[in-house]
Amino acid sequence: MGMTMTEKILARGCGQKSVRPGEIVWCKVDGAMMDDILGPRVEIAEKLKVLGDSIWDAGRVTIVSDHYTPPANSKQAEIVKFTREWARQHGISNYFEFAGPCHQIMVENGRVCPGDIIVGTDSHTCTYGALGAFSTGIGSTEMLGVLVTGEIWLRVPESIRIVLRGEFPESVMAKDVALKVIGMLGHHGATYKALEFTGDTFEKMIMDERLCIANMAVEAGAKNGIFPFDEFTGDFLRAQGTPCGEALASDEDAVYAQTVEFESEQLEPLCACPHEVDNVTEIKNLDNVTVDQAYIGSCTGGRYHDLKMAADFLKGKKVARGVRLLVSPASAQVWGQCAKDGILNTLAEAGAVVLASSCGACLGVHSGAIGSGEVCVSSTNRNFIGRMGSKEGQIYLASPLSVAASAVMGKLTDPRMI
Amino acid sequence: MEKESGVYRGRCLKYGDNINTDIISPPMYMELPIEQAAAYAMSPIDPEFASKCRPGDIFVAEENLGSGSSRETAPLALKELGIRIVLAKSYARIFYRNCINLGILAIECSQTDKIAYFDEIEIDYKKGVITNRSSQETYRCQAIPNHIVGLTEKGGLFACLMERREKVDGSDIHL
Repeated sequence: MGMTMTEKILARGCGQKSVRPGEIVWCKVDGAMMDDILGPRVEIAEKLKVLGDSIWDAGRVTIVSDHYTPPANSKQAEIVKFTREWARQHGISNYFEFAGPCHQIMVENGRVCPGDIIVGTDSHTCTYGALGAFSTGIGSTEMLGVLVTGEIWLRVPESIRIVLRGEFPESVMAKDVALKVIGMLGHHGATYKALEFTGDTFEKMIMDERLCIANMAVEAGAKNGIFPFDEFTGDFLRAQGTPCGEALASDEDAVYAQTVEFESEQLEPLCACPHEVDNVTEIKNLDNVTVDQAYIGSCTGGRYHDLKMAADFLKGKKVARGVRLLVSPASAQVWGQCAKDGILNTLAEAGAVVLASSCGACLGVHSGAIGSGEVCVSSTNRNFIGRMGSKEGQIYLASPLSVAASAVMGKLTDPRMI
Repeated sequence: MEKESGVYRGRCLKYGDNINTDIISPPMYMELPIEQAAAYAMSPIDPEFASKCRPGDIFVAEENLGSGSSRETAPLALKELGIRIVLAKSYARIFYRNCINLGILAIECSQTDKIAYFDEIEIDYKKGVITNRSSQETYRCQAIPNHIVGLTEKGGLFACLMERREKVDGSDIHL
């Protein structure tokens, strides 16, 4: 009986020839990622001291101060300062700050290699599955265990195969695919499981699109989301100067808990309504919802391709009066490339406010919180009650293109209607 | 809450489906130390939660408890308020692991919809039986998986790491 990609990676990680879903295995971790909000400050620094203050392999650890940068107040500034100093004291040279959301930083800086097992103190750590890695979010105490031992226990997940075929219709983006999958499976339809993305539509996707889809796997409850490591992945890693890993795909006779197949032609621009990510409908059904804030950014929807699609759409148009369009590129590198290519300029000319690369607005801790009764349409990953600020606010999740169209019309808008 | 040979008794604070981590630990208070942040636990849907909580209370929810973030501040806030046991129909996996790692018992029971706010219940997690003393009903609950029993009985992951450290010969590499 064959194995899925996820099973192959975990088998290697635990030193066995094969593993089966449901098995509990102890795996060696190839990379550990911490951020500022849930990194050393929560349970880790103090307890590691008691345990001898020594890290199994500092070279495999990455720390990114991203949630509280730039800090909104002195409390946040102290957390960033603490994180920076802790990284230095523990010899962690892969420390980044003010550079953007951790998951984009990990990918851009060669901290993810196909076939790796990577854990991080952020639930969207599942993003690295776009590069054919097994990656998943863990809590701070669990990270403490990893920092001390370099190992973690994992229950080998069953895999759900998502097969997507054909060409995208106009104005449909990867975010719409992610919302479609979550809407179909439900927000805990993949709990404890792996989501594996196959089929020619996924094969043709550029890395920015794959990252968006893998990022959202956890919104269906999944442990990880994963794409095969194909020629395209290899080209991407070579192009950014960090080639590593080798071809990896599931065996033909691998066993899946479920296979979900659909055709790209059926896709439409979608929207997740408050306050759950699986509360999905076509955005064209929501054109009576007026918008106060439109947000393009985050580890889900702030990459180069996202900003370019939004800018191409907004060229020569203006954001509606009374609407604020905020744009936070997913990293300093994305920021720089978009600036160089005139994308930021186009966005600003349309009336967008271009912000620093940060997690801030996505979880309402700075740079774009919403007030009571306000509606935000956002290219981010969660629309939970109170997430972006007031618990009386409403968050609708959509693609960067749909966010741009909604900003122009001042209400939720299907980009094909303009 | 009383503990005697795998039996816990306590008063239930009962909520519904999809009590996510943004509800249990709202992001805008995460910059505060946990002792202060705990006062805002559950505040998006129940601003009185922290003031109602008494040490030993049992936190009860229905489907998909703890979905969303990996933030350990969610179970930490519950622990800070004196909760040592949570009961739900199903859990989001990171929240489940975080509870166990912090020494909070997370138990699955498919009938939590029958439990009302402030019901007094008794959980025999070894036998897998819950007795609702308020309604005189009994429910089945899932026994804790074997690989987790050791962790919870020791009081969580940190206690296990301490024990491992004391074994200087390193023979027990897997915690």
